[in-house]
Amino acid sequence: MASAAEQDLASSKVTGAASPSEAVVVRFAGDSGDGMQLTGGQFTLSTALTGNDLATFPDFPAEIRAPQGTLFGVSAFQINFGSDEITTAGDAPDILVAMNPAALKSNVENLRIGGLIIADTGEFNDRNLAKAKYDRNPLEDDSLSRWQLVPINISQLTMEAVKPFGLGNKEALRCKNMWTLGLALWMFDRDRQPLIDWLKAKFAKAPTLADANIAALNAGHAYGETVELAAPLKQHALAPAEVAPGLYRTVTGAEAIAYGLVAGAQFADLPMFFGGYPITPASAILHYLSPLKEFGVTTFQAEDEIAAVASAIGASYAGQLGVTSSSGPGIALKTEAIGLAIMTELPLVIVNSQRGGPSTGLPTKTEQSDLYQAVYGRNGDAPLPVIAARAPGDAFECAIEACRIATQYMTPVMLLTDGYIANAAEPWKIPDLSSFDRFPVQFMEKAPESGFMAYARDNKLARPWVKPGTKGLMHRIGGIEKQQGTGNIDYNPANHQAMTDIRRDKVAGIKVPDQIVDQGEAGDALVIVGWGSTYGPIKQAVKRARAAGEKVAHVHLRHIWPMPANLGDLLRSFGAILVPEMNTGQLKTVLRDQFLVDARPLNKVSGQPFTIAEIAAAIDAALSGQKG
Amino acid sequence: MNDMTPPQKSSPKDWESDQEVRWCPGCGDYAILKAVQRTMPEIGATPENTVFVSGIGCSSRFPYYMETYGFHTIHGRAPAIATGVKLANPELDVWIITGDGDALSIGGNHTFHILRRNLNCQILLFNNEIYGLTKGQYSPTSAVGTRTPSTPYGSVDRPAQACAFALGAGARFVARAFDVSKELPATLAAAHRHQGAAFIEIFQNCIVYNADVFAGFTEKANAHQQLWLKNGEPMLFGSEKSGGVKGIALDAEKLTLQVVDVPDGDWQKAGVIVHDVTNRSIAHMLVEMRFGEFPMALGILYDDPRPTFDAQVAEQMTSASAGKTPDLQKLLAKGQTWTVAA
Repeated sequence: MASAAEQDLASSKVTGAASPSEAVVVRFAGDSGDGMQLTGGQFTLSTALTGNDLATFPDFPAEIRAPQGTLFGVSAFQINFGSDEITTAGDAPDILVAMNPAALKSNVENLRIGGLIIADTGEFNDRNLAKAKYDRNPLEDDSLSRWQLVPINISQLTMEAVKPFGLGNKEALRCKNMWTLGLALWMFDRDRQPLIDWLKAKFAKAPTLADANIAALNAGHAYGETVELAAPLKQHALAPAEVAPGLYRTVTGAEAIAYGLVAGAQFADLPMFFGGYPITPASAILHYLSPLKEFGVTTFQAEDEIAAVASAIGASYAGQLGVTSSSGPGIALKTEAIGLAIMTELPLVIVNSQRGGPSTGLPTKTEQSDLYQAVYGRNGDAPLPVIAARAPGDAFECAIEACRIATQYMTPVMLLTDGYIANAAEPWKIPDLSSFDRFPVQFMEKAPESGFMAYARDNKLARPWVKPGTKGLMHRIGGIEKQQGTGNIDYNPANHQAMTDIRRDKVAGIKVPDQIVDQGEAGDALVIVGWGSTYGPIKQAVKRARAAGEKVAHVHLRHIWPMPANLGDLLRSFGAILVPEMNTGQLKTVLRDQFLVDARPLNKVSGQPFTIAEIAAAIDAALSGQKG
Repeated sequence: MNDMTPPQKSSPKDWESDQEVRWCPGCGDYAILKAVQRTMPEIGATPENTVFVSGIGCSSRFPYYMETYGFHTIHGRAPAIATGVKLANPELDVWIITGDGDALSIGGNHTFHILRRNLNCQILLFNNEIYGLTKGQYSPTSAVGTRTPSTPYGSVDRPAQACAFALGAGARFVARAFDVSKELPATLAAAHRHQGAAFIEIFQNCIVYNADVFAGFTEKANAHQQLWLKNGEPMLFGSEKSGGVKGIALDAEKLTLQVVDVPDGDWQKAGVIVHDVTNRSIAHMLVEMRFGEFPMALGILYDDPRPTFDAQVAEQMTSASAGKTPDLQKLLAKGQTWTVAA
């Protein structure tokens, strides 16, 4: 029990090898009159104050006041900061703040693929577009699709924020840089106070200007908080040698899940019904699916989380593939209805984009703390299969797998992702859809010779799926315990025992692929067992340890429930088992329970993903413990 | 298409399932079940195309007793489940069975939204002003002062008025009836004819926990307290035997309704209003009439259809899909892509 506390890295400072890939590079770019150097400088100050190592790179035009809005008038400031040692200002920025079209044009090509663009839409007018030599507004076509675009009318929001101070238009707009800075401070959890103090000192003789600038700063910060804008978390880039040939694009986890669900519905030969309710960070899935009507996708923004799942269950009952999506708090609300889907044995896919909890918790931060909720979190003995995506691209296949299991086994399926996977963009090799196995659904349309029974079982223990509208097969289902076979209400004790066993056995019997070892091999001295978005840092840390000659393996679970049949034997083959998780040890508990193995936890619940150094340090500690 | 045999009309018996009906003897639910089973053949419904969706409560056992498709769901959520059913297959004839606790307490939100959206379905709210299945607690429609195990000194909160709630939520069809009324099948049929969410409050006698709470107008001796509304006809109630025919007139000064005497049957002279089911203002007044001071307004209070949610969703699906080929492989490669050479 002490080990969990000892290895809790959330609050401890970890020193490891330099790892520039874990740093974040932000580039502020605007007109030379926009105060970009000031913005960058102040961001640097607050970053330094939080203890981050950093390097900066001011990049401004030679002209003191170049013509406004022109390409040669662009001024930029780049900062590279992170928890590890920083040695350069970073090559490719992860975030570009573009205050006008010219700033976008002259900086966007350097932004890493999948990076975030924050653009002030207020400055993207015809005049500025022409000055920047844009024929069309790049915010309104596909030309920025390699990156993630967050268009915000910073000019207007700033004007609103400073309105009470009665500044002239020009003076008011000068506060834009402070608004932008406020937003950046929110995204990276930086303290505003040093800036407020600095502004007060700088404008000591003009307190109105100080107040206006502080108001703009606070407004930008509040905006980030209100719209729950999260900083994109850096994916650990693959080394070039590992990139397979093919056609690539960038994809976020939310996009990949949306497309995977569409693919899964197609493979099942079903129209899809998606019931959703807005919640951070899950809403993006609803947004991606809503335009896809020609694919037979009906999206329904319900009145609440309960109606979202309930409508999806209704649609499944009527013969479509019902899907719902949310984050932890919304999943909690859906739980009773998920129990109904388990009882009535209807297909349903539930996507949980996990975030920091409990309660509202940290909506924009990432966590893996809903594993218990997924596996155990319902009233009654209510088993359902659980799948976890490890990365944005992987989420595509996981969504298809969820559709397969739901329709083939007549069961709700929980697909776990998290804020990190949902928001992060990564290069993705576009899959060849013809390479996937189809799993077309066969509705029952005629009573079998032996007579129709709503709860008859096939060899997978699945019951028949009958669409209302089918002649002669009218039947009633509901949440009350069913009689075996007929599905009529039955309170008989022996029947409840038998039905409970069937529900358990059906889920336990779901065929999932055997667990593979990602790196290393069975029998190694140590295995790192991960699930979900810890994949990147675990992979890199294990790779380093192996390069240093250590016998360390990496096993990453996709199927959380039921677990692969070979997993117990596989785990027992290793000298030690370490389970890094962004929770207090949930998978560790399930592994111990299922296999009676000595799985040790490595926990971090700070809303931040693991760094490679943290996992590398834990590997070293575990190995030296063995040697010692 | 070659099948020219006219569909044979079903009989009420065809709509009875093989399940034993398990309500308390004397429960008003029996009469409602019979009325629904009698109505189905009349409206030309077919069992395989009919779906009954219910929540939780005594009334929500209803689907088990109908030889149709049926879904007994969870407390308060029947409208949400029904919305998914109807959007997935608009051809289905969807009936929602709910109660005062199910629809107005735990499921109030969903009741509001299904009416606002105007899903094409029938919503039958069995109002017995009590929680029956959980053994007699007061409900959101119980009168102030109702003594129950959870309110031993009498309830203090004001009751919700189901029809006023429905109308306020934007319902385009609002009707009232009671369990043993002969008019119930005709009211159900009218609800079924209405394209859109048709809301019917059915007063239902809970013989065990709230017996005779509606006797003031449902008893034969109190029939003069029933105002049966008929489109195009004057709002008259009572009889010479019960102390004179009366009518509902508008007090133009106060902009309220009032009860007026109708001597010699001259209702025009008495200023009695002719019922117009599409008059929303009068409908608001009718649902607000306090029983006692006024008779109980029954029948079709309001009926003025407008486009349904399911039809509009389907229309948008069609128009947005027009001219587009659903090529997922192509969609995946949309936007900027690049090729990594072998």
